[in-house]
Amino acid sequence: MTLSEIKEILDAEVLVGNDQMNKEVKTAFSADLMSDVLAFAKPGSLLLTGLTNPQVVRTSDILDIAAIIVVRGKIPPQETIRLAEELKIPILTTRYILFETSGRLHARGIVGCIEKVGGDKINVGRNNL
Amino acid sequence: MSAEIIYEDSFPVEGGSFTNAGHVSSRIKTILKSLGVGNDTVRRASIVTYESEINIVSYARKGTIKIAVTSDSVEIDAVDEGPGIADIEQAMQEGFSTAPPIVREMGFGAGMGLSNMKKYSDVFEINSEVGVGTHVTMKIVSL
Repeated sequence: MTLSEIKEILDAEVLVGNDQMNKEVKTAFSADLMSDVLAFAKPGSLLLTGLTNPQVVRTSDILDIAAIIVVRGKIPPQETIRLAEELKIPILTTRYILFETSGRLHARGIVGCIEKVGGDKINVGRNNL
Repeated sequence: MSAEIIYEDSFPVEGGSFTNAGHVSSRIKTILKSLGVGNDTVRRASIVTYESEINIVSYARKGTIKIAVTSDSVEIDAVDEGPGIADIEQAMQEGFSTAPPIVREMGFGAGMGLSNMKKYSDVFEINSEVGVGTHVTMKIVSL
């Protein structure tokens, strides 16, 4: 699924990365705890979060996260936007809550980058979408 | 016998500099990529460097992150001048944290840092002296 389709599904606004809307993603990870993101998220996934500080962008850069979806209608501060522009990491913001954002994307074929912790199953996304 | 070092450098990290936290790790990641280090090794080295940097910023007055790259490994040394850790075993437990609210607001300080650093390293050593500082050595061996 492209970021452009994700933008439509989530009725989202693109804050950074308008030129990257053709980027394809298949998996996602949702969390507000960056240490958990570092522990479990996989490269190329979406990061769905309610945090808006610059560390969200740093964490995404370290992990090669495809794009950040900020939930609950939050608008990140300028320092976060600037860092995302510098590191070329798209940020979209949606008014849906984290549960709804995750559910709406999952219903359309985006899967968790891992299914559960402690297991070995790492999702790479469904091929037919 | 250990492999020859092909790159080494050290980077200062300022304690309490929350806005910039992570810029050393981003830089080290870029350097490792440009050296042609494998993706998985770059990823693991970047994660442990980032957690180390967050720890120095969160707890110490100042510190240094050193990296040494060989053809088959990346070694990271995070050395700080700070309060030190009295009970390392307790600090290593997932969920144990002494982080102040500002660290938690950034999405850290949930007692995952040291265990993440250990999880992603092939060799993990930590030494600390109360009132002096902490030294963490991590080695990541390329597949």
